[in-house]
Amino acid sequence: MPGPMNRGQRGVKPMVDDPGKVIRRLFSYIFKDYGGLFTIVFIMIVIGVLANIQGTLFTRSLIDDYITPFLIDTETPDFTPLRNAILKVACFYMLGIVAGFIQNRLMINISQGVQRNLRNDLFSHMETLPVKYFDTHTHGDIMSIYTNDIDTLREIVSRTLPQLVNSAFTVVSVLISMFILSVPLTVITLIMVGITMFATKTAGGLSGKYFVSQQKNLGAANGYIEEMIGGMKVVKVFTHEEKSIEGFDKLNEELCDSANKANKFSNILGPINAQIGNISYVICAVAGGAMALNGWTGLTLGTLASFLTFNRSFNMPINQISMQISSIVMALAGADRIFKLMDEDPEADEGYVVLVNVKETDNGIEETDEHTGKWMWKHTHRETGEVEYKPWTGDVTFDGVDFGYTDEKMVLHDIKMFANAGQKIAFVGSTGAGKTTITNLINRFYDIQDGKIRYDGININKIRKADLRRSLGMVLQETHLFTGTVADNIRYGKPDATMDEVIEAAKLANADGFIRRLPEGYETMLKGDGANLSQGQRQLLSIARAAIMNPPVLILDEATSSIDTRTERIVQRGMDSLMKGRTTFVIAHRLSTVKNSDCIMVLEQGRIIERGTHDELIAAKGKYYQLYTGNNIA
Amino acid sequence: MLRRILKEVREYKAVSIATPLCMLIEVIAEMFIPYLMSSIIDKGVYGGDMGHIIRVGGMMLVIAAIGLTGGLLGGVFAAKAATGFAKNLRKAMFDRIQTFSFANIDRFSTAGLVTRLTTDVNTLQMGYQMALRMFMRAPASLVVALVMSFVINSRIALIYLVAVVVLSLVLYLIISRAMKYFKLAFPKYDALNESVQENVSAIRVVKAYVREEDEINKFKKASQGIYDVFTKAEGTTVFQMPAMMLTVYSCILLISWFGARLIVADSLTTGQLMSLLAYCMNILMSLMMVSMIFVMFSIGSAAIERIYEVLVEESTITDPDNPVYDVADGSIDFENVNFAYNKDAKEDVLKNISLHIDSGETIGIIGATGSAKTSLVNLISRLYDVKSGCVKVGGKDVREYDLKTLRDKVSVVLQSNTLFSGSIYDNLRWGDENATYADCQRAAKYACADEFIRKFPDGYNTHIEQGGTNVSGGQKQRLCIARALLKSPKVLILDDSTSAVDTATEAKIRKTFKEEIPDTTKIIIAQRISSVMDSDRIIVMDDGEINGFDTHENLLKNNEIYREVYESQMQGGGDFDEASKKDAETDDDNVKGGE
Repeated sequence: MPGPMNRGQRGVKPMVDDPGKVIRRLFSYIFKDYGGLFTIVFIMIVIGVLANIQGTLFTRSLIDDYITPFLIDTETPDFTPLRNAILKVACFYMLGIVAGFIQNRLMINISQGVQRNLRNDLFSHMETLPVKYFDTHTHGDIMSIYTNDIDTLREIVSRTLPQLVNSAFTVVSVLISMFILSVPLTVITLIMVGITMFATKTAGGLSGKYFVSQQKNLGAANGYIEEMIGGMKVVKVFTHEEKSIEGFDKLNEELCDSANKANKFSNILGPINAQIGNISYVICAVAGGAMALNGWTGLTLGTLASFLTFNRSFNMPINQISMQISSIVMALAGADRIFKLMDEDPEADEGYVVLVNVKETDNGIEETDEHTGKWMWKHTHRETGEVEYKPWTGDVTFDGVDFGYTDEKMVLHDIKMFANAGQKIAFVGSTGAGKTTITNLINRFYDIQDGKIRYDGININKIRKADLRRSLGMVLQETHLFTGTVADNIRYGKPDATMDEVIEAAKLANADGFIRRLPEGYETMLKGDGANLSQGQRQLLSIARAAIMNPPVLILDEATSSIDTRTERIVQRGMDSLMKGRTTFVIAHRLSTVKNSDCIMVLEQGRIIERGTHDELIAAKGKYYQLYTGNNIA
Repeated sequence: MLRRILKEVREYKAVSIATPLCMLIEVIAEMFIPYLMSSIIDKGVYGGDMGHIIRVGGMMLVIAAIGLTGGLLGGVFAAKAATGFAKNLRKAMFDRIQTFSFANIDRFSTAGLVTRLTTDVNTLQMGYQMALRMFMRAPASLVVALVMSFVINSRIALIYLVAVVVLSLVLYLIISRAMKYFKLAFPKYDALNESVQENVSAIRVVKAYVREEDEINKFKKASQGIYDVFTKAEGTTVFQMPAMMLTVYSCILLISWFGARLIVADSLTTGQLMSLLAYCMNILMSLMMVSMIFVMFSIGSAAIERIYEVLVEESTITDPDNPVYDVADGSIDFENVNFAYNKDAKEDVLKNISLHIDSGETIGIIGATGSAKTSLVNLISRLYDVKSGCVKVGGKDVREYDLKTLRDKVSVVLQSNTLFSGSIYDNLRWGDENATYADCQRAAKYACADEFIRKFPDGYNTHIEQGGTNVSGGQKQRLCIARALLKSPKVLILDDSTSAVDTATEAKIRKTFKEEIPDTTKIIIAQRISSVMDSDRIIVMDDGEINGFDTHENLLKNNEIYREVYESQMQGGGDFDEASKKDAETDDDNVKGGE
């Protein structure tokens, strides 16, 4: 079914460290929601198998009890007992069919339901993960858990699991029936099964070995294909086509070779099983025939006929089990990845300071559920239980902040600064100085290692994350839009915003003009991250999206390089009007942004090396001066 | 379409034919066993002939061994044929893609091409193997078993015939209904994946706007949609098994009934009855398999179609019949050139462009996004063909040159550039595979890359990761320039390829160009006016037309757009952040543990 099986290099190690644990967990997952249904399925399987065995045993009585007597007494055949017997068996068969149908029908709900629940749980959990998780895992890997792993898992839930139960139960009950029918023939059958299993294991082991090398070669070939196709234009420009084909041929040849070996051994599993099964059948037939002829062990012809059918149905489930092994191994690896994601620690949030709506009454300020548009921080002190309301103004201070994405390597050192409400702070500095990193800290995408960040005098660790983030506007360098209409995208942070608010925000961001020119204006559908808009337009939408929140604090990461000067100016105007009257942290790339800042921080290697207004810094003739004039290398 | 794809079986034709033949042997052998069985019972057991039992038993063993051989060989051949076919398909596509022009590449997305070469080929490989083994096996065992039944007793075999017809009809109805639902399911899957994709890549936005709850609800809705449609689809296919079992059991019971009567009437033996019962399962199982083949085929047909599209795609640019193998000099002429990416486009991307560039000149190109700067230079190395007019390099139409010659002499550093996994040395030698260490070093020096390369612990042997992720944006651009220089081109085109290099280094690179490769025509596209200011002449592009083509001083005097850009950038609007975009990348590096 859907979901490309492009596992690439990840498929190299299909083994799970502790398969037992994964299986247990999977079962408890299934039983959590579908324990009842699953039990019914189990019962249905048992009923089905038993009904089937009854049917097969009928062959014996058909021959021994009905046909053979007729042969002896052909004068007055009485078909009534036979008819009754057939009707009785028909009932058993019907029972088997109904049980099978119920089992399969319920299995659909179980497997689809488990799949849906897994997806939902996975996604819900993923949404709680810290940004760090997404920064440290490739998007492709995360995606493939949804596209590949869940699919393979569904396979084992819906197919393998019932089949295994069915097979196991069939094997046991058929074995018992066989023993009852004839012990010597059963022994023969078992010996043949032993041989089959040995052959299967040998071929299967070889096949497994080559499958691993096939996966490795597949990974290498896929990697090469991705690289060369991705760089196709460069290949053309450098007329490197022949070289590129040469490299491909080598990998392709290796892949073909190992795939051939792997498939060869897995292909012969089937015939080995089937034909050894046939041989077992033949031996039993001959031996049984001899026994029936000579009357040894009292074997009757009917018993032989029944036994031969059992012989068949005994081999079949064993074949099935052996064939399922590889898919189980694959699926377990997928389940392991799914559970690993589910086990990732979610973002911790011990914040207890919240933003609340307030209204002014005669007694002063009072908390309310109404949307008054007036907000205050509600700080419930932990020890005393005393409630304190603090005005929401938007001043932010950094006090001796150290930060590193990993504990070993600090990116920011001892950052100190304060921004009073309404001030504009600009960060400048060369590549890798740590400017963008700052945008990750105020909103607690990452937690700092040392020091304190305060928002309106409250340590941001004490503020509930949802409220903290709602109180900050963010415009990131890379704009991401969501599938939905333009209006939906603008009201992303405020789903209950009216159309008027949307338009107002768009106007503030300078986006109203182009939106109106879109085919369906504000109702135009955006697809694929806003692929149908230009980069500048997407930027304007992300500004409008921040504007509608009307937050007192803004974090802007100016987008630059690929926008041309004219578009840039339009975007700039949008940003400027958004910044008015708000505390703004701006990662600046343009002089115009920086010039009228209240304070400019010059960052180098994670430290603030200079700070001051534009004029002060120019006069100081330091790093800022160098950056500004472009004379940084003598 | 299928024929074109099957052409790629090539040298594996023999094994492809051998596989079904082997399967046929296996099937026939398998089918003979129940037949012989009846003989053992009738003649052996009832006839009391022990010798017969052993004789026929021996025969059965031999037949089983033949069947085993057939099955084994079939498996081996099938693996060889299918993996070989897949290899040929991959090669055919890969070779085909190598001939693609830029226009062809644009038509297919990179991701699309990769999927075709990997997932689709795998699907086809599996399908082909299955088809080789099953296409013959299933129908053959159906037919053979039916024939055997008729041989044994035509009246009873009629029951099978009726059963087969009825069951095929039922299966057909079930499958065609289910397919309808399955088709509905695919868009739902896309919607779900899109939701995940969006959330994974835009997690910062989701979190910044505290939208986790809403996103989860959106996802749950999509997830429920899949649940609904699949439960429906599978709810249809679930009837397959009971229908099948019902038929099987009905047959068994009918045969038992009629069989018993026939035995009594002496027109059937007990042994024959037993073989008939054995065939029953065979026949109906094969029918089931045939229906599975159809389902598989309809799933695989999408893959076939996608592969086919690549195989029949004709390159829009090919070598001329009598190509010219020498580029005289680096002069460039555009004569009334019109160009559009899409032939049916209403408006041309480049409109009536005529210009002349002398060999050795340094030309800057500036203009807004979408003003067709890149389109203009792409015509010079014939990455695209003009719609009308002509482009000349060294006095000859680019369409007269051998493509390799032209592209070696006109070296382009693309805007979105790629480094390949391998050492720096390997990467540089893309420009000239015979370049010595000293050559590479010299080119790197010109591109101001030598210095940072030496700082790497492994110097020029430093391994570059796929896509060049372990070097910074500015370093990557300089490596790409060095690589282009190694071609010793007559024309060098830099398409916005110093955007992540700081201003000072960039100036140094331009200075080196002037001094070291004075005879090479240099064309520089840039956003920063400082990058093109000191060129001999500057082209100002505006909406597909040349708005101005003159020296810096003259343009400043006469060209409004140029002046506007100049003022906005040089007076308080400048850009002093060398590599803003790369900042994020560097941060990412830190996350991964740093350089």
